[in-house]
Amino acid sequence: MNDITAAFGMAFAMLLDLDRDLIEIVGLSLRVSFLAVGLAVLLGLPLGAAVALYRFPGRTVLHALLTAFMGLPPVVVGLVVYLLLSRAGPLGVLGLLFTPAAMILAQCLLVLPIVAALSAQIVADLNREYDEQLRSLAAGPGQRLVTLLWDGRFSLLTAILAGFGRAIAEVGAVMIVGGNIAHSTRVMTTAIALETSKGNLALALGLGLVLIVLALTVNLAVLALRDAVRPSHG
Amino acid sequence: MAEREAILPLRLEGVCFDAGGKRLIEDVSFGLRAGKRSVILGPNGAGKSLLLRLCHGLLSPSAGTISWAAPEGAGRAHRQAMVFQRPVLLRRSAAANVAYPLRLRGVPARERGARVEEALARAGLGAKSKQAARSLSGGEQQRLAMARAWVMAPEVLFLDEPTANLDPAATRAIETLIGDVHASGAKIVMTTHDLGQARRLADEILFLHRGRLLERAEAAAFFSKPRTAEASAFLKGDLAW
Amino acid sequence: MVTRRIFLAGFILAAMTFPGLAAERSIVVASTTSTENSGLFGAILPIFEAASGIRVKIVAVGTGQAIKLARNGDADVLLVHHRPSEEAFVGQGFGVKRFSIMYNDFVLVGPENDPAGVRGLTDAATALARIAAAKAIFASRGDDSGTHKKELELWRAAKVHAQAASGQWYRETGAGMGATLNTASALGAYVLADRGTWIAFANKGDLGIMVEGDARLFNPYGAILVNPARHRHIKAAEGQAFIDWLISPAGQQAIADYKRGGRQLFFPNAD
Ligand SMILES: Nc1ncnc2c1ncn2[C@@H]1O[C@H](COP(=O)(O)OP(=O)(O)OP(=O)(O)O)[C@@H](O)[C@H]1O
Ligand SMILES: [Mg+2]
Repeated sequence: MNDITAAFGMAFAMLLDLDRDLIEIVGLSLRVSFLAVGLAVLLGLPLGAAVALYRFPGRTVLHALLTAFMGLPPVVVGLVVYLLLSRAGPLGVLGLLFTPAAMILAQCLLVLPIVAALSAQIVADLNREYDEQLRSLAAGPGQRLVTLLWDGRFSLLTAILAGFGRAIAEVGAVMIVGGNIAHSTRVMTTAIALETSKGNLALALGLGLVLIVLALTVNLAVLALRDAVRPSHG
Repeated sequence: MAEREAILPLRLEGVCFDAGGKRLIEDVSFGLRAGKRSVILGPNGAGKSLLLRLCHGLLSPSAGTISWAAPEGAGRAHRQAMVFQRPVLLRRSAAANVAYPLRLRGVPARERGARVEEALARAGLGAKSKQAARSLSGGEQQRLAMARAWVMAPEVLFLDEPTANLDPAATRAIETLIGDVHASGAKIVMTTHDLGQARRLADEILFLHRGRLLERAEAAAFFSKPRTAEASAFLKGDLAW
Repeated sequence: MVTRRIFLAGFILAAMTFPGLAAERSIVVASTTSTENSGLFGAILPIFEAASGIRVKIVAVGTGQAIKLARNGDADVLLVHHRPSEEAFVGQGFGVKRFSIMYNDFVLVGPENDPAGVRGLTDAATALARIAAAKAIFASRGDDSGTHKKELELWRAAKVHAQAASGQWYRETGAGMGATLNTASALGAYVLADRGTWIAFANKGDLGIMVEGDARLFNPYGAILVNPARHRHIKAAEGQAFIDWLISPAGQQAIADYKRGGRQLFFPNAD
């Protein structure tokens, strides 16, 4: 199809001349998704590890919820965050709606279950291997959690990248809570949706290709960083 | 350092352990006091590893009692160490593995460095401190596990076949380390089915067969004059398990 | 340890470099996809922003959702195109006052082969009646937008209960103007569109204008300041400044000057 070849040409041209609008949109996409994933990691790793390691009331339910919420529909998350952040909602006074902060919050909620559920699995597996040794060394529950997270860091990276992939690619949530405001909350995915609705299909697909290149670059960079660090720390 | 309440002797009274619907340890009673190197001897599947785990507190007995002289709260867990037949090393450098138990015990970072260095040097791993622990050879890993146990300065050191699968040189290195730990005042409790090793290291022998403690004797007496038929068959190498 | 610290530092740095968090005078305008997709805002907002120093953030959604946002106080100004809803909004005290800004018109777009034979009609209701009779595919916004509300009015005028055929020849996309045009283009369907979006739309395929010029296709846009008495945080001064500019000679001229392919898309009509 014509539009498809045109899209490749456009994607290529966009990557070559990097106009200011594109840089701005790409930059915001990256910042929002990085911060959302960062936040989700800060909360999700300990949460996942706790679910894997500790026995507490509601643990099974929480584990099931986290696993089920890995596939949470972004629009639903967007709606919930909208209702929370709306001026008419409980957190309205913060005035966060239609700001990048709202988008970070929404994406964080989307990514959190992925990071937590996957890290619960990774930590549980590692714990099976380490359990006797850690008990012999008399590691306390908190020390055990930190140890397993740190020793599982290379596997956990995959969970984090899965979360990042989800964040950078979703459109439903950021559209609702960000509003796709030009030069303010417009990111790659909402720009793609907008160009599609304008009928600029080749441009939309071109942006999509740029998004894919972006996601790929981030993944490759992270994996390269991991391989650079790994030999010296085992 | 202030004199602490001793954790030994350790007493086992009528200890049984069941798993998979079977009685694997049957009515074992004995005491372990400080000083001697006690070696648990017995054929494959006799229950030696289970017994060590029970003593170390990794398993709870199905019946009977296991009691230490010091009460639970006296940091008992921090005053003993165990070297497993297949040690689990952390996915970190050799040095970080040795530093790890010190961190768990709240030893300040500035003290850790020197102690880790000394432990690695004694294990002959001084040059490998930065290497990833899991990339060490089998013998080096076993020595690293020894260094990690040594650095804790345990009052009791449990060892489960610490030299299985090692070449003669590595075996000698481990045995020297065990000797060092013992010389520093620690109680040694180990299993082995290497009779030569038992002769070299043991002060006393506990002979285990099919989950039962059949015989306990001074090493010299055990090797020259075993009291039970099973023990003499084991020493001759024709005990069917 | 070192890597952990580097990660943390990078994280904090990224958080601090958010340009959008810097203090600036700005308002949020809830508006419709038709105005945004036509490119009008992209052309006129820079002029206002340069003159006033106030950033205008457009959230482009359907008229129904735009009104909902404004009711909740999530926008300072409402700029939509469904007069009855706008008057109700003001009447219920959610908005201060409605100002006429501009108009364009709706057009009935359809495939070149025109299976219902409506090309050249000047009566939109008659055209819809023929489409229904021919069971020709019709793509409806179905999203409670201004355009959708207008379309429903026209079906009532044509005395056709189109929704009874929903899923058959009557297809409700539940999407914005552009998405619905994309659907119509792919299906070879008839569709009601505002002229601005239609002219700017790039994926026309073999769609073309079939019916235009009916007085009922008139499409007026109004702007309303959200009532600051209802929501204390509403930026009344800035919002009203934007409306005042839209109805000023400068604003009206900027609207008239916006052209696509040499054609004017919106016609200023402030009182
Ligand atoms: N969890 C378990 N469930 C069932 N049987 C078990 C379990 N753990 C150990 N056993 C059995 O208990 C017996 C004693 O095991 P143990 O590991 O103590 O033997 P061992 O004396 O250390 O032998 P080896 O010299 O081969 O190391 C074995 O027959 C083993 O199969
Ligand atoms: Mg064993």
